Amino acid sequence: MPMLHTVNKSPFERRTLDTALRHAVKGSAILLIEDGVYAAFDGTVVADKVKAALSDHKIYVLGPDVAARGMSEHHVIDGIDVVDYGGFVDLVTEYDKVQSWL
Amino acid sequence: MKLSVLVNEGPYQHQSADSAIQFTKAALEKGHEVYRVFFYHDGVNNGTRFAVPPQDDRNITHEWSSLAKEHGLDLVVCIAAAQRRGILDENEAKRQGKDGDNIAEGFRISGLGQLIEAGIQSDRLVIFGD
Repeated sequence: MPMLHTVNKSPFERRTLDTALRHAVKGSAILLIEDGVYAAFDGTVVADKVKAALSDHKIYVLGPDVAARGMSEHHVIDGIDVVDYGGFVDLVTEYDKVQSWL
Repeated sequence: MKLSVLVNEGPYQHQSADSAIQFTKAALEKGHEVYRVFFYHDGVNNGTRFAVPPQDDRNITHEWSSLAKEHGLDLVVCIAAAQRRGILDENEAKRQGKDGDNIAEGFRISGLGQLIEAGIQSDRLVIFGD
């Protein structure tokens, strides 16, 4: 069942993004929050994997957490949507279930 | 929609307590009902009124308390997790023979059944933690 997966740890620190991508069925949404936002930036060693995941999943990143890390939305991979906390709430209501990968 | 939130992290670990409160505020602003916020594990440290952060720092406990006041939020602290970490209300302090209590305004101490019930009663349960 397509659902919302949130990832809150950097892909350079934990494997939760990999786990989320492995479990997420086609059509699921991945929301990157907190240190998870590092997966959304272009030019990193995980960027190709994230770009490949965009063909099966919608990927979102929390804008305030991007800004809090001194990064700008220009660094975000094309195809990843930047949302605010209101957008986070909308995603939670749009999908039937939320899985937080901690 | 009816939402509940689970907070598994204290205010000074990573970012999850902040994320949880921002999410809760956004949900209320959008007109959703927040049925319950449950604090578990180190998340119970959100509920002590004895923490005194510097004045230019955010005070998460105050923010939860004022959200509770404004929106009638049900803020529930897990009793077993709270006892381990020295979070007590008046009844618990009396029961455990302690000389004072420190639960913050708007919070109450109860059991894990409250989390299960929140999961059953709510359309969504959103988890914030480490």
